Amino acid sequence: MKILVCISKAPDTTAKIAFTDNNTAFDTNGVQFIVNPYDEWYALVRGLELKEQNGGSVTVVNVGLAENEPIIRKALAIGADEAVRINVNPTDALQTAKEIVAFAKAEGFDMVLLGKETIDYNGSQLGGMIAELMDMPYVSLASKLEMEGTTATIHRDIQGGTEVVEVTAPFVISAAKGMAEARIPNMRGIMAARTKPLKVVEGSGANASTTIANYELPPAKGECHYIDADNAAELIELLHNEAKVI
Amino acid sequence: MSVLIYANTANGKIHKSAFEAVAYGSKIAADLGTNATAIVIGACSDAESLGEFGATKILHANDSKFNDFDPSIYTQVVVKGAEAEGADVIIFSHDFSGKSIAPRVAAKLDAGLVSGAVDYPSTANGFTVKKAVFSGKAFANITINTDKKVISLLPNSVDKSAKGGSASVETFSPEVGAATVKVKEVIKESADLPLTEAEKVVSAGRGLKGPENWGMIEDLAKELGAATACSRPVADMDWRPHHEHVGQTGVAIRPNLYIAVGISGAIQHLAGVNQSKTIVVINNDPEAPFFKSANYGIVGDAFEVIPKLVEAAKAFNASNH
Ligand SMILES: Cc1cc2nc3c(=O)[nH]c(=O)nc-3n(C[C@H](O)[C@H](O)[C@H](O)COP(=O)(O)OP(=O)(O)OC[C@H]3O[C@@H](n4cnc5c(N)ncnc54)[C@H](O)[C@@H]3O)c2cc1C
Repeated sequence: MKILVCISKAPDTTAKIAFTDNNTAFDTNGVQFIVNPYDEWYALVRGLELKEQNGGSVTVVNVGLAENEPIIRKALAIGADEAVRINVNPTDALQTAKEIVAFAKAEGFDMVLLGKETIDYNGSQLGGMIAELMDMPYVSLASKLEMEGTTATIHRDIQGGTEVVEVTAPFVISAAKGMAEARIPNMRGIMAARTKPLKVVEGSGANASTTIANYELPPAKGECHYIDADNAAELIELLHNEAKVI
Repeated sequence: MSVLIYANTANGKIHKSAFEAVAYGSKIAADLGTNATAIVIGACSDAESLGEFGATKILHANDSKFNDFDPSIYTQVVVKGAEAEGADVIIFSHDFSGKSIAPRVAAKLDAGLVSGAVDYPSTANGFTVKKAVFSGKAFANITINTDKKVISLLPNSVDKSAKGGSASVETFSPEVGAATVKVKEVIKESADLPLTEAEKVVSAGRGLKGPENWGMIEDLAKELGAATACSRPVADMDWRPHHEHVGQTGVAIRPNLYIAVGISGAIQHLAGVNQSKTIVVINNDPEAPFFKSANYGIVGDAFEVIPKLVEAAKAFNASNH
């Protein structure tokens, strides 16, 4: 079973969000970067579990510049066999998808796994785009994935419930909570990651379709209006008369 | 040129978020001086109701082969609908349906996609759409540079009231390829309304001490007509189901009212909820960081405060508001 896991770089969840260059660029000053949690905790770990059960290999791919290599090594330390970095600084998901497909097309992967979204742009776009460009089935927001030969049984989140669906490999899946338990890399993994192959390939020249005009921070909240605990009922009146939300 | 809106269904009826998407797309169409067509796929008994939200035409792909939600097939239907209507702007809801199909449609049409839009596009300088980024900690204005444009709208973002009006429903029977996804079973959870679409949410955290204490949270939610949510440790400890976990690594929500009980207000929790219109924090620690993001705060023991609120909400409901 040949498994491809797409990983994205994301700012640490505690990072201060600020912008520079007239609010046109994310201020990376002092920001720690991590593997996007959905990619790491769910897609990568489930890929590794499937490989452990069925044999095969797990390749991670990242579209980004050399500065991304520490997070790629982290994925190798968790257990991926090899990594590919496509040497392009992408502007949007469609460009990223085209670059991944340009590399993955000829590789014969049985499945492509990725997280349901990144915690920076929250797009939920890449998986569907890869699936369309590779003409593969796509199951988004998957919380469970079992393989039986080339048939996958998948739980996907739908409104107000879960649907159990079946697809045949090759396919693309976006992973949500429930898919696997996060793994912490051990010393052996970290040592091994240093010598695992990390191949750098040049991009295919795909263009982006969107550009970020600028960023905004949400307006600051006003003062908190405190209500005495003994007089909690007053809250209901305020929510009705003042906030007008009930 | 026209605007095409994919209206998703649930249990054979138009889903709530689809009305908002149609209202949104119709406003865009009016601003662009063109028409809004809605497209419905699979069994649906009330497709014509979309006319009240501004659609002037409704395409219904009602063949039973469309009853299973197969993103590959649905993509083909939407793309054929866009071709038939000459649509340059295609709208989805940013829920499970839009997340599954909008990226495929965008890739197929080689169109720029803004997912999770929170406002109408601005056409003053190109075609720019605002969306929340960094899990709600900021917004980005994103310009779509392609001729064809795809947007998925975050639920609860724009006016979704019915405007009156009507539309004819036409059967739409495009040729599509073979099915790729076979639905074997549907497991219903109790919540009929997904958390992302609830207008009021009562949420509780580790301060509640154990799952046996959630009765009062459910009571308050019931009196207020709210959905229930929880912090991550609460879901991780299996006190509550995972789909209730809100925050940066759970569900991001923006209801009109978010009541947080016994939740400290960690940055990862705030990320998923701080765009709520009104935030109420109930915590026995006056130093809890959540109070900094609150509109209303009660410093007190949840086990004393919540029963009082339940009584007050009951009295409020009984007084015929
Ligand atoms: C990468 C990463 C991602 C994360 N993602 C998320 C996420 O998506 N969502 C999320 O929620 N968390 C997330 N977290 C966890 C987050 O950092 C916090 O640990 C978590 O939100 C705390 O949950 P809590 O507020 O319920 O518990 P606690 O922090 O333990 O807070 C309990 C609160 O209850 C109060 N309390 C106690 N007793 C009472 C009482 N009797 N009456 C009233 N109040 C009382 C306390 O004063 C305290 O403020 C993430 C963490 C990491 C590292």
